[in-house]
Amino acid sequence: MQHDNHAHGIDMSALGRDKQSLRLAEETVAIEVPGLSLFYGDKQALFDVSLNIPKQRVTAFIGPSGCGKSTLLRTFNRMNDLVDGCRVEGAINLYGNNIYRKGEDVAELRRRVGMVFQKPNPFPKTIYENVVYGLRIQGINKKRVLDEAVEWALKGAALWDEVKDRLHDSALGLSGGQQQRLVIARTIAVEPEVLLLDEPCSALDPISTLKVEELIYELKAKYTIVIVTHNMQQAARVSDYTAFMYMGKLVEFGDTDTLFTNPAKKQTEDYITGRYG
Amino acid sequence: MKKDSLKGWFKSGAPGVWMSGGAVAMAVIMTVGLLAVIAVRGLGHFWPADLVQATYKVPGQAQQTVIGEVVQQEEVPRARLKGAGLPVPDQGPEFMTRELIKVGNRDLNGSDFTWVVGEWLVDEKRPSELMALERREWGNFYGYLVSVKEEGRVVAQGPAAWGELQARLQRANTLNRQLQALEKKDIGAINHGLERLRLQARKLELEGKLDAAAQADMDADRAELNSRYKAVEERLTGLHQAFARDSLVARDGNGREVEINLSKVVHAIQPNAMSGFTKLGTYFGKVWEFLSDDPREANTEGGIFPAIFGTVMMTLIMAVIVTPFGVLAAVYLREYARQGPVTRLIRIAVNNLAGVPAIVYGVFGLGFFVYVLGGSIDRLFFPEALPAPTLGTPGLLWASLTLALLAVPVVIVATEEGLARIPRTVREGSLALGATKAETLWKIVLPMASPAMMTGMILAVARAAGEVAPLMLVGVVKLAPSLPVDGNYPYLHLDQKIMHLGFHIYDVGFQSPNVEAARPLVYATALLLVLVIASLNLSAVWIRNHLREKYKALDS
Repeated sequence: MQHDNHAHGIDMSALGRDKQSLRLAEETVAIEVPGLSLFYGDKQALFDVSLNIPKQRVTAFIGPSGCGKSTLLRTFNRMNDLVDGCRVEGAINLYGNNIYRKGEDVAELRRRVGMVFQKPNPFPKTIYENVVYGLRIQGINKKRVLDEAVEWALKGAALWDEVKDRLHDSALGLSGGQQQRLVIARTIAVEPEVLLLDEPCSALDPISTLKVEELIYELKAKYTIVIVTHNMQQAARVSDYTAFMYMGKLVEFGDTDTLFTNPAKKQTEDYITGRYG
Repeated sequence: MKKDSLKGWFKSGAPGVWMSGGAVAMAVIMTVGLLAVIAVRGLGHFWPADLVQATYKVPGQAQQTVIGEVVQQEEVPRARLKGAGLPVPDQGPEFMTRELIKVGNRDLNGSDFTWVVGEWLVDEKRPSELMALERREWGNFYGYLVSVKEEGRVVAQGPAAWGELQARLQRANTLNRQLQALEKKDIGAINHGLERLRLQARKLELEGKLDAAAQADMDADRAELNSRYKAVEERLTGLHQAFARDSLVARDGNGREVEINLSKVVHAIQPNAMSGFTKLGTYFGKVWEFLSDDPREANTEGGIFPAIFGTVMMTLIMAVIVTPFGVLAAVYLREYARQGPVTRLIRIAVNNLAGVPAIVYGVFGLGFFVYVLGGSIDRLFFPEALPAPTLGTPGLLWASLTLALLAVPVVIVATEEGLARIPRTVREGSLALGATKAETLWKIVLPMASPAMMTGMILAVARAAGEVAPLMLVGVVKLAPSLPVDGNYPYLHLDQKIMHLGFHIYDVGFQSPNVEAARPLVYATALLLVLVIASLNLSAVWIRNHLREKYKALDS
């Protein structure tokens, strides 16, 4: 594994992450995508994408704007269903079950596959009510259970110490970074199996970004995380595996170290060295 | 050079600013002017004006004494007075003054108001003993108090009579309140009970279940009610006698003496003897009476409380009907319906519905709601009352429903706009937590859109409360015998006809037999209508702002 890091734009050793020797083939598969195409009306947005998302690892999707990385992410909890004229061909297997089969309970799927969006989107309710929203939807209304869940989820999202004294204040009074961590807390409160992060730091300042990144690092012990990011440093910092997408196609998918230091494809190398994007 | 500077002036945008500023100024002036005119004309009516006594000498006729309030003065060309057949001398200034005097004493003079030529009024004075009586019939009386009588016997005379009159008037007014309560509440309840018994009997008869036992039951109930009625009637007769015990003797300007029973008198004041402060007290008393009393004398006197109550009641019921209905329609249109030519057509239809003249809704309300819907309901649920209609006749429910129909497009449009403004990210946030679309709608979207719904309701109230034309067809009348809410089951009487401020204005202004007396009331009622609508709106705005604060939009 001797590479000349400096030739490729990102100095992996400078990012302060542990060197890992990961091998995709040896991972347990959480989400299997065996050839997926997606259309918005007549326009095709994903072209026969195949990849396996490993369990309890952080997988990053990178690529230029409009390459389909967010679209791919949104197929994992069927968020694309909400778009008029969106059509999916192929299957996505979550632990072996096709989530696009007929009769799939989409609400239950979304509980299992949580999602955090680009812009913090807390509900106009109290911090407490934001966190327990998903639980209340499931019909859990016991105060003791909810109280425990709030503390646990906010601690999990590294927000507890900052908000424990004002749980019943409006969530809209929090800062952007706090709001995003609140949204993460809200998402993990329903104990999903997979966490989808759609550019979670793009609306945040550097310090908040750092906090969220640290959080992602901690969360991967329990959750399978898929993150879409524009920021290659971020992908390199937080992810174990990285997929590079371009024009709706998956160009390259492998462990992050290899992809950033020794990409197999010319396109990938061009992108990560900043020649386009 | 000059041309250039003019061009520059246009380019700078200054003319646009001036024009738009001018438009705002015009709008403000018109609004303030409107309010000022109706406020001054309406509120001035209640001021206890000074009474003038003067000698009116028409050349070539016997002179007579005139007592009254000067209502209006105007300059009139001499020729016009001459043309009207008045004996105006040929020589003199071109203009003469003409005065409208409220002389009252309709029972003696035939009319309340008289036009006189100012130049022929001589020897004007304002004696402090002049008395103005507000009467329950025949309008005001102006004159001098001679004596006060009890059962035909004189008890006070001269200067002592005034104090005696006030004391006895107070007693009479207390008795009057008791009488009103007895007539309205007790007798009303007994009549209501008797009517229900009659309907019950008829219903059993129609169903063929009228057996001896039921008949006996009802007879017992009826006997009970009748005996209660006897008791009330006895008390009523007693009160009536006590009420009519006292009377006063008064003399008008020309020396005619009349005896007026105190049961016919509401107030007696001596405005010329009153200080500004007492006048103010009397003024507010009269304003309060206007707000809280029933109308008298073909709506030209007394208060307009039933009209205020009817207007508010109808508007509230309208809001209660229209808001859920409009919100549900908007939710379906925006959230569930497939967007396409059909929804577009529906939106166009809804928007055009808002432009249909109101009277058309009235015609529809009468033809469909009252006759078809009300008629069917009567046949199905109230067959015992037929052929007298229960809901098959214009009434509060149909008036509210017609207005709801008229206002529903406003609510739909406002709610749709509100729903469209909820950020997609918030909806997605809820869906991503495993909420279904309905749960997201119910727990997130609708609460956040509630300020927009309130806006829709405010606009609906504003539109509906001011409508008059359709109401004339579907349930508003000149004089409703009782309020639609009372102590008799079912407490809210949706089938009753109501009074309405808007229609009251029309009725008093155009249908009144006593135009001069009615005119200030038109302004006062108009002012009140504006105030009622403004307060309905303001309370809705207050609720909306409260909601807005609670669900203030995220970032955007």
